[in-house]
Amino acid sequence: MATARQPAPEAAAAGPQLGAGGAAAAAAPEPLRIDLPELTLWQRLLLNLRAARARAYVRVVATGRELSWLAFEVAMPILSAAAYVYIYEALGAPPRYTGFVLLGGAMTAYWMNVLWAMASQFYWEKQSGLLETYFLAPASRVALLLGMASGGIFMSTSRAASTLIAGSLIFGVRYEVVSWPLAILAFVLTLSALYCLGMLFSSLFLMYGREAWHMSNALQEPVYLASGFYFPVRALGFWTALGASVIPLTLGLDAMRQLMFGAPDIAFLPVGWELLGLTVLTVVYFVLALRALAAMEHLAKREGRLTLKWQ
Amino acid sequence: MAVETGTTPAPAAGSGPAVSWRERWQTFRMSAWLGWQVESNWADPLLFAIYSMAKPIAGALILVIMYRVVGGESAQALFPGMYIGNALFMYVGALMFGVSWVVLEDREFFQLLKYIYISTAGMFWYLCGRAVAKFLVTTVAVVILLVFGAAFLGVPLHLGQINWGLFAAVFPPGLLGIVGFGFLLAGVLLISARHGSGYVESVSGALYLLSGVVFPLDVLPGWLQAVGKVIPVTYWLEGLRRALLGGTYTQALAGFSDSRLVLTVAVTGVVTLAVSVLFFNRMADVARSRGLIDQLTEH
Repeated sequence: MATARQPAPEAAAAGPQLGAGGAAAAAAPEPLRIDLPELTLWQRLLLNLRAARARAYVRVVATGRELSWLAFEVAMPILSAAAYVYIYEALGAPPRYTGFVLLGGAMTAYWMNVLWAMASQFYWEKQSGLLETYFLAPASRVALLLGMASGGIFMSTSRAASTLIAGSLIFGVRYEVVSWPLAILAFVLTLSALYCLGMLFSSLFLMYGREAWHMSNALQEPVYLASGFYFPVRALGFWTALGASVIPLTLGLDAMRQLMFGAPDIAFLPVGWELLGLTVLTVVYFVLALRALAAMEHLAKREGRLTLKWQ
Repeated sequence: MAVETGTTPAPAAGSGPAVSWRERWQTFRMSAWLGWQVESNWADPLLFAIYSMAKPIAGALILVIMYRVVGGESAQALFPGMYIGNALFMYVGALMFGVSWVVLEDREFFQLLKYIYISTAGMFWYLCGRAVAKFLVTTVAVVILLVFGAAFLGVPLHLGQINWGLFAAVFPPGLLGIVGFGFLLAGVLLISARHGSGYVESVSGALYLLSGVVFPLDVLPGWLQAVGKVIPVTYWLEGLRRALLGGTYTQALAGFSDSRLVLTVAVTGVVTLAVSVLFFNRMADVARSRGLIDQLTEH
C-alpha cells in the first residue's frame, strides 16, 4: 500500500522548488503532479487480495462478535418458515413440503445478504461517508466487492446453516440425499452465480440514493415468488420458471430439492441442465458486473453522486 | 422554548405556555405530509405505484400457489380466510414499521430526531402523523388485493353481503392496538442501536405466525394457540373475516359471539395503545437521560 503512495522521483524533486518561494512563485504555475509508480502484476495481485481480505474480515469478525444476530437472523427465518409449514400442514400436504419450505427459508439468508449487503452496500457506504475512501484507495473495486461477497457468504452460511439445523430439529425434516457431491456442487454454483449477480446489482445501485433501499425492499417477495422459495418452482409453469431462472436461486433451489429430498417428480429441469445453467449465469454475471462497475463509476463521478448523501 | 419528553406537554421551567391542541394537530398534519413525501417522492408516480403493489401482490401469490400446489377440499375451504387474513395483515406490518422505523431513520440517517424531540409538540404526534402515510398506501394496496382476489381468485367478497356494522366496530380499535405495538417498538428503538430494525421484523414475523393469519389458529400446537389467544391481532382478524366473509374461520374462537369479539378488540386495542404510549414516554426519558436521542451508532 505504501509503495503505491510514494511519489515518483521527479515529483519529489519538484517539491522543494515549489516550496522555495521567490523563483518558483514567479515561474508559470505548473500543476502539481504525483506519479504513482507502476506496480508489477504480483504487487497488484497482492494489493487486491489484501483489500478483499480486509473487506471480508469485517463481516467474518462481525459474525461472531455480535450474537444478537442469532435472535433475529435465525429465529426470523424459522418464524417465517414455520408459518408456511403450518399452511402445508393445514392443507394436508406431504411431509417433504416441510423440507422444501425450510430449505427455501434458509436460502433467504443469501438473498437478503445479496440485496442488503451487496447490492445496496455502496449506498450504505455513501451514507456513512466511506464510499469516497473506497474510490480513493489504490485497490480495485472488484477486489472490494469480492471481499464483500466472501465475507457475506461466510456470514450468511452461518445463518442459513443455523436455520436449517434448528428448523430440521423442530419440524422433524427427513432428508433423502441422492448425491452429496452433486448437492454441494449445486450449492456452490448457486452462490457463485448469486454473488456475481450481487456484484452486478452493486454496480447498478451505485447511482442510487434512497432508491437503493426501496429497490432492495421491492425485490424480496417478488423474488421469493418467482424463484419458488416456498414451493416447487415448476408450479409456476415451464416458461415462467424459465424466465425466473435469471435469478440463480430458481435453478439452485430446484436442483438442491431434487438432490436432498429425492424428489424428481417436482423437478423443473434435470439437475445436469440446472448445474450448467448456474455455471453460465456465473460467467455472464461476472463479466457484466465488471463492465457495469466501470460504466457506472464513470457516470456517478460525472454526475457527482459518489458523495451525495440524504438524497 | 418548550421541551416535551413525551405525550404530555412539559414545558421547561420558565418557558412559554403549554402546547395547545392546535399545535399538536399542526404537527400531526405536517408529519403526515412529510411521511407521504418520504414514502413517495423518490420515484415518479407510476414507478411508486408499481413498487407499492409488487410486494403485497407477490406475497399473496406465494400463498395462492402454495394452496394450488396442494389442492383438495380443505384448501378450497380455507383459501378465502387465508387470503383475507394475509391482505389485512399488511396493516400490522406497515403501521408497526411506520411508527417505529421513523425513530431509526430520523436519528441515524437524516439526523433529525433531536430537532423533533425539542420541537413544540414533541414526538408522539409526529410519529402518529408519520404512520398516516403508511396507512394510506397500505389501504390502497389492501383494496387492490381484495378486488383482485374477488375478481380472479374466487374469493367470495360481495359488497352487499358484507357486515358493515361489524367491520366498522372492529376495524378502527384494532388499528389502535397495532399503532400501540408500533409505539412499543419505537420505545425500544429509542434505546437501541441501528440493528434494532430486527426487533420490528421479529415481532411482525411472530404475529404472522401466532395470530393465525394464513391458517386457522387451530393448526398450531396447544401452547402456541394459547399464546395466539392473548394477541389482539388474532381477534381483530377473526372479526374482520366474519364481517367480510361471514361465518367463523378459527374454531378456537367459535365460542366468541360477534359482540364479544367487538368488545375484546376494543378493550385490547385501547389498553395496548395506552400501555405502549406510557412505555414509549418512559423510554424517551431513559434515552434522554443516557444521551441517546442523537446517537449515531453507524451499526
